[in-house]
Amino acid sequence: MVTRHRPDTRDAGPRDGAGPGLPARRAHARRARRKTGPAYPYALYLPAAAVYIVIFLIPTAMAFYFALTRWTLFDSEFVGLDNFRDFLAEQNLSIGFRNTVVYAVVTSGLKVVLGLGLGVLLTSKLRLRGFLRSVVFFPVLVSTVAVGITFSVLLKPGTGLVDRVLALVGISGPDWLGEAGTALLSVALVDVWKGVGLATVIYIAGILSIPQDYYQAVSADGGNAWHRFRHVTLPLSWPATYSVIILSFIGGLRSFDLIWTMTRGGPGFTSDVIASIIYKQYQSGFFGLSTAGNVLLFVVVTAIVIPLNWFLGRRQVAP
Amino acid sequence: MKLKASLALISASLLLAACGGGSDAEPAADGGPVTLSFLVDNGRLTLDGAKALADAFMKTDPGVKVEVETRPGGTEGDNIVKTRLSTGDMADVFWYNSGSLLQALNPAQTMVDLTGDPVLANVQKDFLPVVSHAGKVYGVPAGAGMGGGILYNREVYDRLGLKVPTTWAEFMANNDRIKADGITPVISTFKDTWTSQLFVLGDFHNVRAQVPAFAQDYTAGKAKFAATPAAAAGFEHLAEVHAKGHLNKGFGSATAEEGLKMLVEGKGAHYPMLSAMLPPMLKDTPQVATDIGFFGIPGTDPAENGATLWEPPGIYIAKSTEKLDAAKKFLAFVASPAAAEAVGKVVQPAGPYRIEGATLPDDAIQAAKDLQAYIDKGATTPALEFLSPVKGPALEQITVAVGSGLTPPAEGAAQYDKDVEKQAKQLGLEGW
Repeated sequence: MVTRHRPDTRDAGPRDGAGPGLPARRAHARRARRKTGPAYPYALYLPAAAVYIVIFLIPTAMAFYFALTRWTLFDSEFVGLDNFRDFLAEQNLSIGFRNTVVYAVVTSGLKVVLGLGLGVLLTSKLRLRGFLRSVVFFPVLVSTVAVGITFSVLLKPGTGLVDRVLALVGISGPDWLGEAGTALLSVALVDVWKGVGLATVIYIAGILSIPQDYYQAVSADGGNAWHRFRHVTLPLSWPATYSVIILSFIGGLRSFDLIWTMTRGGPGFTSDVIASIIYKQYQSGFFGLSTAGNVLLFVVVTAIVIPLNWFLGRRQVAP
Repeated sequence: MKLKASLALISASLLLAACGGGSDAEPAADGGPVTLSFLVDNGRLTLDGAKALADAFMKTDPGVKVEVETRPGGTEGDNIVKTRLSTGDMADVFWYNSGSLLQALNPAQTMVDLTGDPVLANVQKDFLPVVSHAGKVYGVPAGAGMGGGILYNREVYDRLGLKVPTTWAEFMANNDRIKADGITPVISTFKDTWTSQLFVLGDFHNVRAQVPAFAQDYTAGKAKFAATPAAAAGFEHLAEVHAKGHLNKGFGSATAEEGLKMLVEGKGAHYPMLSAMLPPMLKDTPQVATDIGFFGIPGTDPAENGATLWEPPGIYIAKSTEKLDAAKKFLAFVASPAAAEAVGKVVQPAGPYRIEGATLPDDAIQAAKDLQAYIDKGATTPALEFLSPVKGPALEQITVAVGSGLTPPAEGAAQYDKDVEKQAKQLGLEGW
């Protein structure tokens, strides 16, 4: 907010401000002489370029090739598009796609609702506000695998803490992670618990950036707390909502670690997502096949991300 | 992974698959003893056995020092072994599954051919096929084999006056009696998905009794689980015990460890499992040795009653080794009765040895004795994965789905046929 009012000369001028000291100034001088050319000699780009080529470009190109082969690590045999056909014929691919979307929608939806609620709560005049903000954010900092293992224990039927608490009020809990009906949902809820802190922080920032004038205007018109929320906070925190939806939806689409630690896609195939299906192909030693799966995932993600990026970029300019 | 054979089962089962770091093989010091690196999975059973082997060997041959390295078990370990073999970075000797999993390692390129070598002098001839590839032998048996069938609590059987069943109908009748007594008839532990496969894989003795050529036809892509009633029976059994409500509460998130505990404590009567799961429990619950028995999964014909046997894993020499002589000395020791005895002192055998002259000790655990009785009668069949390189990787998920009542058994069998087809294509087998 603050920087916007300050003239930012760095972006406007030549980029020498980024690199301190003599080399930058010399480069600047040379560029000034020739008017064109890079900020640094090409040789300085070489190390980065070499690293990028060796550990990114070459493996990517190889992946596209190996996706077309039957590859055992010892040797590979060119099989054309067979792997893509086999991967698409994978029996549980449709379950995986459906679960991926369900998981992404459920987690991002709940994170929006809970994040907004917590955001409003934690921006109000509350005792221990700072402490509570830390508490809400804390799960974000914990390793996902640790969260998965912990919750697997908590959700154990009969002996787990969750079931014991439910037993106190006379409810006999289901086998949360071991039953087809509850497994994916249980994992999604744990994901929400872990991720809602980030959503809350985004909302807190969004709500704090709403100018006080609007709230004063509502008060002057005799509006109550509900009106303040409904007509000011909710509409004006839309950019935060937008960020939370996008972040958690993409996170949900590529979710893997929590699902793998808690259910391994089970029971049976009922909580499989695309990433876990691909991972299982790798485990089976079907390296060509799983690479084909990853190439497909790459294409799908690209197809979603490029238009989304374009759309978001447009939105950013508009307000 | 390609084919989940016995050791993958054990090593995954022992749940010790923490992150294991394989350290690099150290170069031999000149003049001093030759140092052999020996890679094993980090399952407690394997590691104890491997260390016992190494120690016993070093006592007989002070000129060679064997250093045991560990790797994770299960599919992660398979990929580590494949990677290290394909990059020529393998330990000098290594412990790995026999049977179908071995075929995926491309032994001709990566391992030392032992065909006709004196190293094999004491190895039982009918073991050799499971450590062979294209007619060449690559390994020696490590430790004992095991049975895959039903582990049962003998105390419960005594108290209820039950007899070991020889047909599936008798088994189900026993289950009804056990349930009436308030004990869980069949323990299932689907959190460790691999444990769900036993009703299908352990039923192979019965499959072969009815369809003797199943393994060959199956490898050739001609016989299918769904189209062979004897083979589909395993899936039906799985569905039946669930449908009758014979499983423990919370079977979907129970682990193998919890299942074994239930069995030993008498809270459950039957646990479809591998006998090798028992010896590691002796330390904390010594009654395992006498209270837990073993019987093969019963089929339809009492006259054909028998058990399905898992062969011991093998120890192989990597082609990249520079210490071939020392490695061969070590393997020759491994395949000797003295080695079997040394390992048996540390890890109680849960099945037969495959070394001439090595026998079960008198104080062997009851399950091993029960299994030996089947062997003495000639009523055992190796599991399908030792007769065919084909094993679908998704079987454990399919059996969980069938065993939880999510998928009808016929559909599960058909799904498995498709899974197998994918694997056979990836192996590049003929006729698929």
